[in-house]
Amino acid sequence: MANLKELSKNPERLTGGHRLCAGCGAGIVARQTLIAAGSTPVVITNATGCLEVSTTVFPYTAWKDSFFHSAFENSAATCSGIETAYRSLKAQGKIKDDIRFITFGGDGGTYDIGLQSLSGAMERGHRMLYICYNNEAYMNTGIQRSGATPKGAHTTTAPAGKVRQGKEQNKKDLTQIMIAHDIPYVAQAYVGNWNDFITKVQKALAVDGPSFINILTPCRLGWAYKPEDTMLISRLAVETCVWPSFEVENGVYKINVIPKEKKPVIEFLKLQGRFKHLFRSDNAHILETIQKGVDEKWDLLQRRSAVGCRA
Amino acid sequence: MIKTVYSKGKLVAKTGNEVVAEAMRQIEPDVVAAYPITPATEIVQIFSQFVADGIVKSEYVAVESEHSAMSATIGASAAGARAMTGTSSQGLSLMWEMLYIASGLRLPIVMAEVNRAISAPINIHGDQSDTMGARDAGWIQIYSENSQEAYDNMIQATRIAEKAKLPTLVTTDGFIISHCMEVVETYPDADVKAFIGKYEPERYLLDIKKPYTLGSIDLQDYYFEHRYQLAQAMRNAKNIVLDVAKDFEKTFGRKYDLCEKYMLDDAEIAIAVIGSTAGTAKVVVNELREKGIKAGLLKIRVYRPFPAEEIAKDLAHVKAVAVMDRADSCSGAFAPVYSDIVASLYASGVTNPKVVNYVYGLGGREINTGHIIGIYEMLCKIASGTEKSSNKVEYINVRIK
Ligand SMILES: Cc1ncc(C[n+]2csc(CCOP(=O)(O)OP(=O)(O)O)c2C)c(N)n1
Ligand code: SF4
Repeated sequence: MANLKELSKNPERLTGGHRLCAGCGAGIVARQTLIAAGSTPVVITNATGCLEVSTTVFPYTAWKDSFFHSAFENSAATCSGIETAYRSLKAQGKIKDDIRFITFGGDGGTYDIGLQSLSGAMERGHRMLYICYNNEAYMNTGIQRSGATPKGAHTTTAPAGKVRQGKEQNKKDLTQIMIAHDIPYVAQAYVGNWNDFITKVQKALAVDGPSFINILTPCRLGWAYKPEDTMLISRLAVETCVWPSFEVENGVYKINVIPKEKKPVIEFLKLQGRFKHLFRSDNAHILETIQKGVDEKWDLLQRRSAVGCRA
Repeated sequence: MIKTVYSKGKLVAKTGNEVVAEAMRQIEPDVVAAYPITPATEIVQIFSQFVADGIVKSEYVAVESEHSAMSATIGASAAGARAMTGTSSQGLSLMWEMLYIASGLRLPIVMAEVNRAISAPINIHGDQSDTMGARDAGWIQIYSENSQEAYDNMIQATRIAEKAKLPTLVTTDGFIISHCMEVVETYPDADVKAFIGKYEPERYLLDIKKPYTLGSIDLQDYYFEHRYQLAQAMRNAKNIVLDVAKDFEKTFGRKYDLCEKYMLDDAEIAIAVIGSTAGTAKVVVNELREKGIKAGLLKIRVYRPFPAEEIAKDLAHVKAVAVMDRADSCSGAFAPVYSDIVASLYASGVTNPKVVNYVYGLGGREINTGHIIGIYEMLCKIASGTEKSSNKVEYINVRIK
C-alpha cells in the first residue's frame, strides 16, 4: 500500500502546461506513474497518441525525464532497444545509475497495431513496465473503434445508426493475453484510485522482468461526459464490474477491489454519450447482453482468484 | 589475385556474409537487433554465435520482426549505444516507416543490407529494388563490388554514420556477393578498433543528468527546418565519406572514392553501374581496350548522398553512356539511377553524352560478359551515329514476347 504522506514528498515529474483535454485520464495516469517511481531514474517511451502529442509539442516538453517517441505500433520494441542498450552499457561500466524503463501506449497502439511488438518484447523478457492507458478507442485520430472498444459503444468507425448500434463485437481481453505470456506481473487498474494504481506501478517496477498494467482511462471527449466526472465514471467501471481491478503476480490471481455492492452496468453506461443510443427501448436487448457478458467475466475472475488460482 | 596491401593484413577465404559478420565482430557494436531473411540471415546468425561464445561484448536482440528490429536499433541508438542491424528485401520494406525515423532523428545506425528482389512474385535472388525503394529515406547508401569492399565499407560506415549523424547502410548483391567465397584481406582487431574509435554521443537518453525529449511532435513551425537540416546533413556527408576514405587509405592502404573511374579518363563510351556488375563490366572493358576500343566504366559506390557534380564531370567527355539499373522504378519512364544521372548531367550543363537506360538482372537473372559486350557494341553505334540512342528503357536478357 502506498502512503500518501510519503508520496507527497516525491517530485512531480510531469509538468503542468501540457495540452491534454481538461479531465483527460491519460495525464493522471502519467503523473501518478512517475510519482510512484519516486526518485528512481526512468526513461519513458510512448506510442503515438494523445498522451504523446499533447505533452511534447516542439520545442516544449512536459517530461522532466528522458522521453522518447518513435512511432505508433512499436513503443515496446523501441523500449526493448533502450533497455538492451542500458544492459550493454552498464555491463561495460559506461553507465552506473540504476534506471527503469516505462512505456505508455494507448489501447490502439497496444491492443491492435502494437500487439506484435508488445508480445515480442514481453516474450524476450526485457525489464520494462508497459502501461496501456486504455480509453477504449483511437482518440487522437477522432474516436475510432479499437480492439478495446466495448460492445455497443458508438465510435466514428463503428457508429450507432439506423440499422447498427455501435460496436457489434466484444472487447478483446488483452490482460488475459498478457497473462498468457507468463511474465512476472500483470494488472488491471483504473483512474480514480491512486492507491491501487500507484501500488501496482511500484510492484511492477520492482519485478526483475517485464510487467504490464492495463489501466482504464476515461476520455471525456470520446466517452462524451463532463470533464469533472472522470473519477466518478472510472470508479463506476469497477463498482459495476465492467473493469475489475486485479493483479496476477507470478501467475497468481488477486482481485484488488471488490465492490461492496455490485451495481448494474447501466450505472456506468448512462453517464456517457457513447452509450446514449442503447437506452432506446428497441435496444434493451443489447443492454441485457452487455450485463450478461460482464456477469460471466466477473464470475470467472472470482473463480480464478478464489484460491489463489494459478493462470 | 588479391595481395595484402596492409602490412599486418591477413588473407582469408570468406563469403560476403561471413566477412560482413567479421567486420561486425571487430566493430563490436553495443547492440545488434535483427530478424532473419535470406540472403542476409547468415550475417546476424554468425554474429549471434559470436555473442553466444562471448567473443564480443555486444547484446543481441532476436526481435519478432524487421519493424521491431529497426525500432529496437533506433531505441538503442537513441539510448547512446552503437547499434547495428542487417536485413534484405521484404525486411527492409517492413522497416520503411522506421528508416525515415532513424534518419529524421539523426541516429548513426549502421545496417548491413543484402540486395534482394521485392515481392511479388516472391523471389530470393539479387537485385537492387529493395535499397532503391529506400533511396529517399535519408540513409547514406554505400554499395560494394565484392567482399573486400563490403568488409572495408562496413568499417568506414561506422565512422561515417557517427560523423555525419546519419544512418548508413552498406549493401552487397544477394548471393553474388553474400554467398560467394572470395579471398579477402582482413585487418587486425586492434587496428579496426583504433580506426573506428570510441563512440561518444553528444546527447543520449540514458544520460539521466541531462534528460531530454526526443521524437516530439513537430508542427508547421519547426518540421520544415528539421527536414532541411536533414537534407543539409546528407549534402555535408559527401565530404565526410571522402575524409573517412582518405583516412582509411592512409591506415589500410585501400583507396575509396564516391565513384570509381575505370579506364574512364579517355573513354568514348562508358557504362555506369552499381554493385557487383561493375566487376563483370571491368573484364569486358579490359577485352575491349585490347581491341583498341575506348571503353570505360563508372562504378557508383556512394549512391546517397548522390555524387551529382562528380558524375557529371566524370562523364562530360564521353560520347555515349549506358546506365545499368538493377531495379526498375515502374515510373512509366526511366529507372532510378538513370534518372539521377541524367538530372546531374543536365543540371551541370553537360549535354554531350547520349545516355541510354538498361534494366537488367531482376530477381537474380544472369548478367554476363556477353550481355555487357552487347551494350558496349550498341554504345559504339550510338557514338558513331550509326544508331539513334533509344529514349526509353531497354531490358537486357528478358523474354518480352
Ligand atoms: C502506422 C500508423 N497508422 C496510423 C497512425 C495514425 N494514428 C496516430 S495516433 C492514432 C490513434 C491512437 O490511438 P490510441 O493508441 O488508442 O491512443 P489515444 O489516441 O487514445 O491516446 C492513430 C490511428 C499512425 N501514426 N501510424
Ligand atoms: S481526446 Fe480523450 S484521450 Fe485525448 S486528450 Fe482529450 S480526453 Fe485525453
